[in-house]
Amino acid sequence: MNTLNELKCTFPARSENESFARTMVCAFAAQLDPTVEELADLRTAVSEAVTNSIVHAYRNAEPGTITVTVRLLPDAVIYVRIADHGCGIADIAQAMTPLYSSAPAEERAGLGFTVMQSFTDRLTVTSKPGRGTTVTMRKKLTHEADKGTGGCS
Amino acid sequence: MIELRQEPEKLTVFLSGELDHHHAKEIREAIDFAVREQFPPVVVLDFRHVTFMDSSGIGLIMGRSRLMEEYGGTLEIHNPSQQIRKVLRISGADRLAVIRNHVDSAAPAGKEPEHEYAE
Repeated sequence: MNTLNELKCTFPARSENESFARTMVCAFAAQLDPTVEELADLRTAVSEAVTNSIVHAYRNAEPGTITVTVRLLPDAVIYVRIADHGCGIADIAQAMTPLYSSAPAEERAGLGFTVMQSFTDRLTVTSKPGRGTTVTMRKKLTHEADKGTGGCS
Repeated sequence: MIELRQEPEKLTVFLSGELDHHHAKEIREAIDFAVREQFPPVVVLDFRHVTFMDSSGIGLIMGRSRLMEEYGGTLEIHNPSQQIRKVLRISGADRLAVIRNHVDSAAPAGKEPEHEYAE
């Protein structure tokens, strides 16, 4: 992976960090000057992934950490990796099924992965029970040259 | 975070800020407390001052929709931003509530609508 720029940040899996995490990723992506809608999509997708880790990963355990890595790849592609070291997901297909939630009592809609899929170009989920879960997402942003704004003349 | 306006037939909930998992519980409890006080025929969630919402907001809408069904009330969603409309559409939540854009019902004193929603 030819990484042009990278940001890595580790923080406690606490709900007050949800806002910080999605804002951080968007601040990093802003260097590509994406559209308002692209940035909103990215913000929402990151929020879903980070919230999943906060709600599920450290259930019945000491709260651990979440590591978010953001990379700028060639052709204006943003890569985001959200990793926890929590309980993991035994059945990933079930977890990704729309409207399925293992925490319905907390009014989780069961749509986190659906939103991530819809708002990014590529989503991967890898998980090992007892070891943690890693979500990666890629999204191509509108390159400045594609906008037809013609540089800085 | 939320302001309520209670009328005889209608409870309007003016939400503001970011509707994510961190804030959802507090908002949910405040809405449910007000709903259970009067069981209004119509509950309006006004999103004009909500700057961000993820699927935690969908959970909130699904839960309120169920609560309304229990006593036969109607749930309405007013003035969602473009980002919020997209989340509503993807999740199918636009089938759970009546969604109205450009509703100019008076916000609480001193709060004018901040933006228009051009399609």
